[in-house]
Parts: sequence; structure tokens; C-alpha cells
Amino acid sequence: MAKRIKGLSLQVIPFAELQSMSISERVKKILSLVLGNKIVIIHGRLRAEEEARLIEDTMAMVDHLKGFKGIELAVIEPNMEKENLFIRMKHGIAKSLVGDSSALTLIGPASIIKEIKKDPKKIELLLK
Amino acid sequence: MLKIIKSFAKRIFQRIFGRKENIKIGFYGPPNAGKTSVANKICKDWTGEELGAVSKIPHETRHVQFKEKVEITYKGRSLTFKIVDTPGIATKIDYEDFVDYGIKKKQAKKRAKEATQGIIESIQWLEDMDAVIVVLDATQNPYSQVNITIIGNLIARKIPTLIVANKIDLKKADIKRVEAAFPEYEVVGVSAKDELNFEDFYEALFRLSRKV
Repeated sequence: MAKRIKGLSLQVIPFAELQSMSISERVKKILSLVLGNKIVIIHGRLRAEEEARLIEDTMAMVDHLKGFKGIELAVIEPNMEKENLFIRMKHGIAKSLVGDSSALTLIGPASIIKEIKKDPKKIELLLK
Repeated sequence: MLKIIKSFAKRIFQRIFGRKENIKIGFYGPPNAGKTSVANKICKDWTGEELGAVSKIPHETRHVQFKEKVEITYKGRSLTFKIVDTPGIATKIDYEDFVDYGIKKKQAKKRAKEATQGIIESIQWLEDMDAVIVVLDATQNPYSQVNITIIGNLIARKIPTLIVANKIDLKKADIKRVEAAFPEYEVVGVSAKDELNFEDFYEALFRLSRKV
């Protein structure tokens, strides 16, 4: 039987909650949750500049916090290929103006994701 | 916002008053894709000297390194570049990964610390580039989040980009997969190790420089 990962939990952040924040505030909020051993699920997608800033700030933390090895970041996007041109254009314009709210972004502490990759049953147990 | 306006004004000024003399070209990509190997090949071809050390162990390049005034002549045309080789970008650094390569724990920790600083340096230099060559390992999955983040940032900053799929000498190399991942960019397959297909690379480099 798989061993539980101590203290791991998931935190969902609605896109609306991040929308009013500055880049610094968004990145700070995400990193504070990840440092608390949480896997963060954002209903939406960060802008490319925000992802770069998140990597920069993560690296600064790796350098200073013992045991913190960084993050794993994954974006799950809806498949727009089957949609018609008008819907795809609407999606593209909205994405460029306010960020992509139809995607899901997953960010977690690298050490925990590594442990899950080794034994995926741990995440199954967690979700039961 | 001010940065975007400045960069836009700089590009308009260059369009009106002529092209840049010394094009600053950055080599970006994930660790171990062969950025330094490709940069070394170019520097060796045109200056006779290599740029930096290479290794099978990831994060060998931990500081931005550059070669000034690399004059490349191709089919009667000549351009001068400043070649900027950057440390590989990653979202995590684990010193234990270096220990697995046989590096002693103390050295591995030092390497990890330097690697984190190198990643920060790479991202900060992005703003200063006139054009970027993204070097990817053609044997690896191109859809990694780091690759997408790098390309996304280049699109956002409107930096002309060329993708180099390195290691085409290996059986597992798949250029078509790289082309399918980033259809909006030109992809050139090369092998820095076996010095393959650099004619096509220089041709593409000159095409890229016209966009600066």
C-alpha cells in the first residue's frame, strides 16, 4: 500500500481572485502556497511574463530555503481545434487581454511531484 | 509598460535609420540541449575560439557568457553578432541530481546554488536581446512547460526567434515533432557534436537577422 505524503493538500484559486492582483502579488501568493506544501490549481493561465517571474522568484527561494528544490508547473488547455474560427478568435482575443481563464494551471513543490511520479498511488489515495 | 514603449521606439528608430551593426543574439533553452555546443561551433567557425565548456552533466553553463563582434560571412553577405550564451532555464534544481552524476555532495550543492543564480540571470538578460536562438534537444519532448514559457516570453516581447533542434545525429531525434510544437517559427535541425547542417543554420541566421 502506498504511503501518504505528509501534509500535502490541494488549493484551488479561481481566476477572478488573481485578476485584481499585480504580477508580484500573484507570484507571491502562489509561492507562499507552494512553500506550504500545497499543490495549487489555478482556474486560468498565467501570462508568459508571469511564468518567467514565477521561475525567477522560485530560483531565488531555492537558493535561500533549505529543502526547497523548486516547482513543477503544468498548464492544461482546452482543445480549441474542433471549434469554429469565430470561437477560436474570440478565445484568442480574450486570452491576450485578460490571460487565459479557460485553462488550468497546476503548480506544486518539485519534491512532492517527484514523489508522486515515483508512486502515483499516493495522489490517488489523497483524492479518496 | 515603459519597457514595451522603449523597445517599440528602438525598433522603429532602427527601421528608419538602418539595421543594427552588432546584433545581440541570445542562445536560450532548457539545460543540456546543447546551447553552448552550438554557440561554440559558430564562434570556432568565425573567430577560431570556443565560447565555453560543455559537459554531459546539466547546468554546466551557470553564468551568461558572450563573445563580442563575431563576424559571419555567408554567400557574400557579412554581419556582426554579439553571441550571448545563457544558462539553461529550469523550474527546479536538486543538488542530488548532480550527485547522481558522481559529483561530491559539497560540490553538487555549490553547483546547484550557482545554477539557480544562472537561471535568474538568463531570464533577466532576455529583455536585452535583439534576436534569440532557442536550442532544443531534438530527441526530447518539445512540449515541456519550460520550452513553452521561453517561447511565450519571446512572443510577448516580440523578439525575432529561430528554433534549433540539436542532436540530429541521434536516432531518436525528431525534427517534425519540434516543427509541429512551434509551427509559427522556423526550425533548423543541426548536430553541434558532428557539425551537421550548419549551412542551413547560417542561411536561417541571416533570415533571422533581417527581422531585427
